Amino acid sequence: MDAALKNFKKFTPKSLPKVEALAQGHRACQGCGEVLALRMALKAMGKNMIVASATGCMEIITSPYPQTAWEVPWIHVAFENAAAVASGIEAGRKALMRKGRLPKQRTTIVAMAGDGGTADIGIQALSGALERGHDFVYICLDNEAYMNTGIQRSSATPYGAMTTTSPPGKLSIGQHTWKKNLPAIAAAHGIPYVATASPAYYLDLMNKAKKAAMIKGPAYLHIYSPCPTGWRLAPERAVEISRLAVQTNIFPLYEVMDGQYILTKKIKKPKPVEVYLKLQGRFRHLDKKTIKEIQDRVDREYEILVQKAASTDAEEADRSAAKESR
Amino acid sequence: MPRKVGIEVSLAASEAACAADVDVIAAYPVTPQTHIVEHLSELVADGELDAEFIPVESEHSAMSACIGAAAAGARTFTATSAPGLALMHEILFIAPSLRTPIVMVVANRALSGPISIWNDHSDIMAERDCGWIQTFAENGQEVFDLIIHAFRVAEDPEVLLPVIVNMDGFTLSHVIEPIELLSASEVSQYLKPYKPQMVLDPKAPITMGPVGVPEVYTEARQQAESVLNGSKKVIVKAWKEFAKQYGRSYKPIETYRTKGAEVILMTMGSVTETAMTAVDRMREKGIPVGLMRFRLWRPFPLEEFRRAVKGIKTLAVVDRAISFGAQGGPVCSKVKSALYGAPDQPQVFGFISGLGGRDITVAMFEEMVKKAIRYAEKGKGPMYELIGVRER
Repeated sequence: MDAALKNFKKFTPKSLPKVEALAQGHRACQGCGEVLALRMALKAMGKNMIVASATGCMEIITSPYPQTAWEVPWIHVAFENAAAVASGIEAGRKALMRKGRLPKQRTTIVAMAGDGGTADIGIQALSGALERGHDFVYICLDNEAYMNTGIQRSSATPYGAMTTTSPPGKLSIGQHTWKKNLPAIAAAHGIPYVATASPAYYLDLMNKAKKAAMIKGPAYLHIYSPCPTGWRLAPERAVEISRLAVQTNIFPLYEVMDGQYILTKKIKKPKPVEVYLKLQGRFRHLDKKTIKEIQDRVDREYEILVQKAASTDAEEADRSAAKESR
Repeated sequence: MPRKVGIEVSLAASEAACAADVDVIAAYPVTPQTHIVEHLSELVADGELDAEFIPVESEHSAMSACIGAAAAGARTFTATSAPGLALMHEILFIAPSLRTPIVMVVANRALSGPISIWNDHSDIMAERDCGWIQTFAENGQEVFDLIIHAFRVAEDPEVLLPVIVNMDGFTLSHVIEPIELLSASEVSQYLKPYKPQMVLDPKAPITMGPVGVPEVYTEARQQAESVLNGSKKVIVKAWKEFAKQYGRSYKPIETYRTKGAEVILMTMGSVTETAMTAVDRMREKGIPVGLMRFRLWRPFPLEEFRRAVKGIKTLAVVDRAISFGAQGGPVCSKVKSALYGAPDQPQVFGFISGLGGRDITVAMFEEMVKKAIRYAEKGKGPMYELIGVRER
């Protein structure tokens, strides 16, 4: 357990903070799961925060000049560089505090981007910032395609999904590559905290966001962010689909703390992936064979994850056994 | 007392940033800029400079991190060269728009391809319209002085724009020159601590870099243009005060033996010193030639330029970059457009030379001047020509 989490207290439905970093009045689509997830994450981290945003849905819906939905300091520079901008903010404040020009106080520096801004065009800046060990929280709001530009595929788009640049056709099933495993890439940097989260499990999401902010050094949050517009999903089903993604093991919830995997939501009887896929127009064209392929892959990946978590459990058991024998 | 030392110009550039007490340096190594950032990281490692050195993974991130640091209220410095500058391209335009007073040294180098690590001005000419203040140094002392001046201008509340100080790669960056270095306390008399006007602060939240809808974009660009043009008076005033403080005076356009000159050789950067020798030789032969060089490139010193060339019959403009397909070099094209509509215009002839590390010799400068005189007598000449192209 990270020393910074010594005083960590979980949120409960009764202890939810009232602060809002993101005001109402933004311009998100009806039923947007991304802005919902973002709001929860920000609430959990409090207002002593500076946000560096990548270009994307969350940037355009919150900042059409002269309006702003931000009640915390916020900066947008470009698409691929949120992590680099956050690096500069963190380093700048560090230098100013050391030189006595800024009162010494820890402020949460947040970099946020979508899956395209994280998995594709921003992965270099992200990797650099994680490797350099800046004290910041990176939030990837994963809606599984470039929604802001009109639903083009990214490397985080799931297998079989229809997007405007992975259209199904006579020769194509739609997206023909498997979703890039970003949390694993982030974890491979050996940073203190990585977690996946879903707006359907809001307490889990907020607790993870709070931990990410408390832990010193880089933290990476990968948040499932349903996009009714891009997924051809009924707007009232964003939370339902988020829950199904977890219940089918398509989007498992876990943490990686100092390299140790911890499943935070164990699914005893996973639902078949088909119940998740059939609610979304982006998967409407899939045949039984492809759905079976997806099911097999999800099962296999979940098994790998369970093994990683189990080895953590085993190591913990070893440690506590060693403690007892002492 | 200022100390005059023999020092590599790159190291002097680092010493200037150190004397300016920068808070953050974000940089990525690229030839021929490397010695600047190497020495800065040494100064930080030795505790001689209290700053955060961010060893970023690319120049794109270098500029992005500089913007973040400057937006957080830190005095920020970086340095780069051609490929790195080109990689920054997207972000270069955003720094002035966010009014982040970053100072950057560009050790000028040719753009690929073919890949060339050697000196010309193709890198900066591709970025001339990015909204930054841009100055050119002729020698090591100027590099040092222009960096100090750059911080003073950039952070002026009436300016708040980023500044690029250009110095020629290798021919300046890698040579040892006698340079008078100012200490941090000497610099502090000229350069006051940075007081940011807008800063990312949780106690007083602001939104930086919002979406510019069509209703506001034009006005935002107009402001960027007018603040850059308006910065000239601050730039000139800061040079005058620099002269008062340290005894070295600088102007937007520098002249050499222009008295009685009918022909003017126009240059930028370190080749000017070779060009001076050419001018001396031609003067000895009775050719009425003088020399001008642009120290200030952006904002373009239009009035000063028109005044300087008043009464001159012929201009021979030297470009160290090609504007592909534009029938000339960027400096000559700008000179021609600056003269359009002015009374008693000189005839202007463009010469492109010194690309990718090719030397421009005294003889080549003489060739350009002689050609310009001949073309002027005939009343016509080519739009531009490349000087020093090998026949085989």
